[in-house]
Amino acid sequence: MSIDSMFVHKMWNDNELSKMVDGGVPFAMLSDAGGKVGKVFGVYDEDAGVETRGRFIIDPDGIIQGYEVLTPPVGRNVNESFRQVQAFQLVRESKGTQATPSGWKPGKMTLKPGPELVGNVWKEWKTKMAFD
Amino acid sequence: MAEEIKTGCARPTGGPVGEKVPMQSPEKNNQEKEVRQMIQVGRKAPDFTAPAYQKGKFVNVKLSDYLGKWVLLCFYPGDFTFV
Repeated sequence: MSIDSMFVHKMWNDNELSKMVDGGVPFAMLSDAGGKVGKVFGVYDEDAGVETRGRFIIDPDGIIQGYEVLTPPVGRNVNESFRQVQAFQLVRESKGTQATPSGWKPGKMTLKPGPELVGNVWKEWKTKMAFD
Repeated sequence: MAEEIKTGCARPTGGPVGEKVPMQSPEKNNQEKEVRQMIQVGRKAPDFTAPAYQKGKFVNVKLSDYLGKWVLLCFYPGDFTFV
């Protein structure tokens, strides 16, 4: 979503993005002329008149599980967004019985929060696990 | 004469020619703060409907139509910019 019109989105997709991605952008390129939606989400920069690089993870119940906002010159890490979605999906499927510690990615161990784990995380999780 | 500008995403600003641009009223700032507090992790996202371009078609997208699915909503400064 950006403040560009859907017509500009079409031209950008057809003339540039489709040269980067086979078949063009598969998802909806939303138009937010005037930044109305961006204001509500807190990512509209009034002075510059554009939206900053906000990314929101919204779960199947419509609940915001996480967000990240960057200033324009630095791009997102798509893998990190996917990792977070995978982590939230795992937690949701476990109905909250599992939690993903720092550095978790699919395949890595999860924590089972409960009375026995209090004060014992050090036995299960090592700081090196925070890194790849 | 028009001066060459740094390549960026900023849009025009200003007011009536030859007049000072009025400062933003404090009430507006308060209002903005209230709106911003709507966004909090663990809370419902504000719903919206927006026009969009998707796979050769112009469509209206409503966030609540995606209930039951995971959504990544991404904002960015502008088409044909660089990052």
